[in-house]
Formats: sequence, C-alpha cells, structure tokens
Amino acid sequence: MNAAAPSTSLKWRYFRQGLFFGVVRLSAFLITATLLLILAYIFMNGFRAISWDFLTLPPTDAMTRGGIMPAIVGTLYLTVGAIAVALPLGVASAIYLTEYARQGLAIRILRIGVNCLAGVPSVVFGLFGLGLFVVFLKFGSSILAGALTLGILILPTIIGASEEALKAVPQTFREASLALGVSKWRTISRIVLPNALPGILTGSILGIGRAAGETAPIMFTAATFFTAALPRSVFDEVMALPYHIYVLATAGTQIDETRPLQYGTVLVLVALVLGIDLVAILIRSVMRKKKRW
Amino acid sequence: MTRQFKEILIKNLFALLAFVAVLVLGLIVVFLFREGLPLFRQISPGRFLFGTAWYPTYDPPEYGIWPLIVGSFTVTFFSCLIAVPLGVLSAVYISEIAPARLKNVLKSVIELLAGLPSVVLGFFGMVVIAPWLQETFDLPTGLNIVNASLMLAIMAIPTITSISEDALYAVPREFKEASYALGATKFETIARVIIPTALSGISTAVILGMARALGETMVVLMAAGGAAAVPESLFDSVRPMTASIAAEMGEAPFRSDHYHALFATGMVLFGITLAFNLIADAISNRFKETGSGTL
Repeated sequence: MNAAAPSTSLKWRYFRQGLFFGVVRLSAFLITATLLLILAYIFMNGFRAISWDFLTLPPTDAMTRGGIMPAIVGTLYLTVGAIAVALPLGVASAIYLTEYARQGLAIRILRIGVNCLAGVPSVVFGLFGLGLFVVFLKFGSSILAGALTLGILILPTIIGASEEALKAVPQTFREASLALGVSKWRTISRIVLPNALPGILTGSILGIGRAAGETAPIMFTAATFFTAALPRSVFDEVMALPYHIYVLATAGTQIDETRPLQYGTVLVLVALVLGIDLVAILIRSVMRKKKRW
Repeated sequence: MTRQFKEILIKNLFALLAFVAVLVLGLIVVFLFREGLPLFRQISPGRFLFGTAWYPTYDPPEYGIWPLIVGSFTVTFFSCLIAVPLGVLSAVYISEIAPARLKNVLKSVIELLAGLPSVVLGFFGMVVIAPWLQETFDLPTGLNIVNASLMLAIMAIPTITSISEDALYAVPREFKEASYALGATKFETIARVIIPTALSGISTAVILGMARALGETMVVLMAAGGAAAVPESLFDSVRPMTASIAAEMGEAPFRSDHYHALFATGMVLFGITLAFNLIADAISNRFKETGSGTL
C-alpha cells in the first residue's frame, strides 16, 4: 500500500473507525429498541384487559368474554411436566459428559446428537410427539404427551447449561476430594454438584421459560381449543396460553371483537415467560458476585 | 469390591441416561419415517419434492411441496438479510466496544429477545406489521414475505448475536495486542484481526440462525399469509413447510394421504435442518482455536 495515499492518512483511518463504531452502535440500539417497542406495545394494549376475573375465570360466550384461567393452569401443568422430564435426564447426561466420559468416538457421537437435537424445529418435535406419544403409545392428546414432548424439546438447553456449570467447578476441588480417598460418585454428589447448582438452576429456569412459550410442539400433542373444566388426570387435554393466543387471533369468527382478550393473553404469557427469564438472569448475576474462586 | 461395583453401576447408569439424547434423535427419525413413508406408496418422492401444486384437500389431491420449500427458503433468506448484519454487528459492539456495564445490559436484552415466545411475534406481525404494510404499500394483504421475514429476523438475531459474541470473545488477547502494537486502530484490529479469527464461529452462528428461521413455525404460520404458491414478489404470501404442517395437521384425517404427506414434509424439514446443524458442527470443529499459537 502507498503510504501517501489518502486512504491511509491518520485522519481517514479515524474517520473510518468513527463510522464503523456508529454503525455497530446503531445496530445494538436497533435491537434494544425493537425489544422495548414490542414490550411497550403489548403492555399498553394488554393491561386494560387484565383483571382478577380475567385471570380466574374460564372463557365464556363462545370465547368472546371471560378469562383465561384454564389456559394458565394448562401451561403450568405442561411446563412443570416438561421440567420434570428434562431436568433429571439433562443433568445426568451433563454429569456423564463432563465427569465420566473420556474423549472418543462415543462422546463425539453424543455431542453431535445433543447439538442436532437442539436444532430440530419445534414443529418436528410436535410431529414426533404425535407419532410416538399420542399414536404409538396411545396417550392421546394429553398433558402427558405434551409434557414429554416439551421435555425432550428443552433437553439440549438443560444439558448445555448443566455442562457449563459443571465445567466451571475448578478441577482442584475434585482433586482435593479424590486425594482424601473419597469415591468418584461421592465427589460428584457432595462437591461438584453443590457448587454447580446455581448454574444448573439458571439453565433450567431458562428451559422452563422456553417450554412455557412454545406452541407448535403442543398443537397436536396436548392443546385444545376450549375446555372450561380443569384437567383431572394427565390423560386430559388442556388449554394453554400460547395456543389460546393463536386460536383467538386466527381461528375465531370474531377475531376483531376478541382483540382485547388476545392482547391480555399475550401480556400474561410475555409477563410469565420474561419473568421466568429475568429470575434466571438475576440468579446468575447474584451468583457471579458471590463466586469465591 | 462392593464400593467399586457401585461406582461402575453409577457410571453406567449415567452413560445410559446420556445416550437418551441420541436415542431420541433416532426415535424422531423412526417415527417421522413410520408416519411419513407410506405416502410414497401413492406418489413418487420426485413428484412430492418438486411438484408445484399443493392441494391436499382437492379431488384428486396434489401433494407437491415445492412451493412450500421455496416459501421456507425465501423467508429464511430475507430474514437473514436483516438478521445477519444486525446480529453480527451487535455482537462486535457487545464484545469489543461497549463499556462493561452496557455490555451486561445488552446481553440481557439479547436473552430476553430470545425468550419472547414465537406466537407473540407472530401475533405482533399480524396485528401491527400487517396493517401497516397494507396501508403503506397499498397491498391486498399485509401477511406476506416481508412481514414474516421481519418477525423471523427478530427470532434469529439472538442466536446469531450470542454465538458470534462467544466466537469474538474467544479471540486470544495476544492477537489484539500484537495488532495494536503495530499501530493499527481499534477498527482495523476488529476488521483485519478479530473478525477474520472469529470467522468460523461467526459462520456457525449464521448457519444456526438460518436453521432457526427455517424451523420457526408460529411466526410464519401467522404472518406469512399461507398461500401455497411459488412467490413472484416480496409482497406475495407464502406457506413455508412448518406453517403447512402446523395449519393442516389438525384437519388431516388420521393416517390419510394428507396426514402422511405432512409427516413427509416434516422429514424434509428435519433433513434440511439436520444438514445445517452438521455443517455448523463441522465448521466449528474444523477451525477450532487450539491456542494462541495457531491461526
């Protein structure tokens, strides 16, 4: 390059830098603004629909009035079920991956498997849940089938987060324990796991948020259009918040009249999911401050 | 002896549970094929993949998913046109330029954006973007490629930003210091040293972001309009594969040709996203940083 060319003058180089910094700042700002805009819009339109009755009553008058209580309860059941499936499996897989497994072909396959599972589209999980749980195992469209499908959907998230948490526990902790003659399993259960717990918790809570907001996997496995009654067994269908939004916004005959109900439901779902995510973010930041190593 | 036995037992138990992930992946294949393959007793795979008419409820029905495949890739392409620059540049800002406090705020923003349920974005596209598009451009419908791409971009940005940011963060400090020592400005260091070094990670991020957009269901179901035809303009409605599955599965009679065709569409979708993920995996392994000595 020619040193005398204007393109390499110091002034030009700093001008270029300023331009670039402006562009990257703008993109970060745009993303933040998008989030705030969406949240503000949902809040402004949704909060008028929120009332005690809205949260505690079932829909009435062919879903044009009333509340969303069965949908809230349904989402709660599905989410709790999903985490009950995914947490033990996910943590166990992460323990095997970080604590026991030696690098080799098996681990390579395992890791590719987990990565690919994380990339499977949620609607394909829905088809899978329909094929395996609803049809083959004859659970029917039910809480059980939906919770299992959602559990498998969030499994990679839990595995990933737990692995990170386990890896962050210093190797010296394990060595100190093993040097005292403690067996491997006791080292894991008494030393490694307690130290990794906050990280595992954070990841699991994020997984819960994900499960609560998913629609496609429960469309054919658990969710129903309308039921005023609360489920009595795990083989019952349920209403769920995300599916309720979809149904009200697209399939009703009075889409415009139920708009306030739609906004209200969206607000409840967003508050629920982002509230869950915020708890996870807070736990993590507190835990980072408390970290002693 | 018993203690050793117990240890071995525990280890094997964990190994067993760990392989559940792989087992599930296998089961997905098994059950997609079990419900999808019977379609090909009726029509050939070639006609299914490249047939340009998707009229599952007509008599006689047509099961050509080419318009759906084109629809999926069109919205994915245009969403990435928005999401890739925004996502990568934001990652650069978060990782290299933003002050520490702002960095944490922005990371939380990205995380919250990732947490927004897709049905909420689909809803937003329907009630806010669609009427706006319709009025501004005087269109018959605001539910079209532009709308779906905008909303999908919001879904893909968190994936692209967080993975890119990890890749940028992993660039060894020595590289930056060497560049500064040679008199490079911060911008030149970012453009000539940091980004090229992190390029494999950023590529992975882009591919995974595309896979995310391709597999997204609710946004395209609600905002893309649902016309099963090969689009001719940006303002045409499309019906991506995911939307078709989600919209029609409820109405398709159990184990009818239509039902099998939707599972077969799921097979195609699964195959494509699996390929994307394997490519991303290969790239991130091929160019893995092994230390500051290797480039």
